[in-house]
Amino acid sequence: MNATFAVLTRELRLALRSGGGAGLGLAFFLIVVMLIPFGVGPFPSLLAQIAPGTLWIAALLACLLSLDRLFQADFEDGTLDILALSPMPLEGLVAIKATAHWLTTGLPLVIAAPVLGITLNLPSNAYWWLVISLAVGTPALSFLGAIGAALTVGIRRGGLLLSLLVLPLYIPTLIFGARTVTAAVEGVDVMPAFLLLAGVTLLTLALTPIAAAAALRMHMR
Amino acid sequence: MTLNVSNLTCYRAGRLIFSDQNFTIDPGETVMLRGPNGSGKSTLLRALAGMQPFEGDVILNGVTLADDLDGVQEQIAYAGHLDAIKPQLTVGENLTFWAQLFEGGSISDAIEQFALEEIWDRPAHACSAGQKRRLGLARLVVSGRVLWLLDEPTVSLDTETTARFAQIIKTHCAGGGMAMIATHIDLGLDTPREIVLDPSAMRKSTPSRDPFLSGDWE
Repeated sequence: MNATFAVLTRELRLALRSGGGAGLGLAFFLIVVMLIPFGVGPFPSLLAQIAPGTLWIAALLACLLSLDRLFQADFEDGTLDILALSPMPLEGLVAIKATAHWLTTGLPLVIAAPVLGITLNLPSNAYWWLVISLAVGTPALSFLGAIGAALTVGIRRGGLLLSLLVLPLYIPTLIFGARTVTAAVEGVDVMPAFLLLAGVTLLTLALTPIAAAAALRMHMR
Repeated sequence: MTLNVSNLTCYRAGRLIFSDQNFTIDPGETVMLRGPNGSGKSTLLRALAGMQPFEGDVILNGVTLADDLDGVQEQIAYAGHLDAIKPQLTVGENLTFWAQLFEGGSISDAIEQFALEEIWDRPAHACSAGQKRRLGLARLVVSGRVLWLLDEPTVSLDTETTARFAQIIKTHCAGGGMAMIATHIDLGLDTPREIVLDPSAMRKSTPSRDPFLSGDWE
């Protein structure tokens, strides 16, 4: 427990100090969503219609931004070798690092999303479901991304390859996340989409640490 | 507490690096690993730490590396070419993290032995190469592990610190620890055993075993 806490605080510290890139995802999210009304035009009803999908796609891309450094920084400075020798299993390490990534990237998006909902004229009855769907769905983005980050850890400029590997895996989360918000806008039952979204996240939390740890071991052997 | 290595053979990218290394390290023993550049010193150390594929048997304290990777790795402390230090954190934060993670040795011993008190609050990016190396080596002490695998540990250390580090290795081994050190210099340890890797013996031996590289690739 002590070691878990130590790794988590260290990851958060590294992300929040200079060069950690914690704010990047949030800034990207803000700017992309702000650009949509300029591109689509000032039509409130149209914006309201595309708001759920836009917010979810922007959140997805914002999450990807800082993923490529998840293991690469540790790989380059030799930390990964030492972590592999430590008493903590690699699966646990992956889970903690992905959690720290979510806390510094996903959580700020969840908090900023309602403000951006206003700029896209999102109907007020959908705000709660926007926040809840993002809060439940974005952990899956960080954990799925950990697989991609582990697979591309030894590759220079692996960020683009990581996007290609990971974005298809994001599709279920995107579908059910955006559908939850759309259902709330339309006033129909949100639960089917929301429960599927939560299911995808739970499955991801359970399986991705094992897959990502296996990929890391492959690189070290 | 014994390390038994028999018939250790390593390939990298299908090329034979060394073959059939047999040696034993007993408790309290320091072994120097010698050989010219490219003779496979680092590869051998990484193989012993379970971070490099190999053929042969590595048995540490009754645990076979091939069967129980974690069981062997939890007895090993490794210090490679990279210091594994985060420049954004201070010296103290770096070392405290490793101490909390390994929960092994004493952090105050490490601070005293490597004279880290004076640079404790300094960000690691503001440290010199030698100071970073001292911080990296201090991790050996806080890890509390039995077998130390050291790859050129004295690079960028000054003569005084090198002498002090030799003393730390002696203390570690006097307490029943083991150390295997790849280095080109004389650390001033009392008559340590040497293992010499000879690359010239490898050059004329078997060709590459990688099915894609064997044949007329070269």
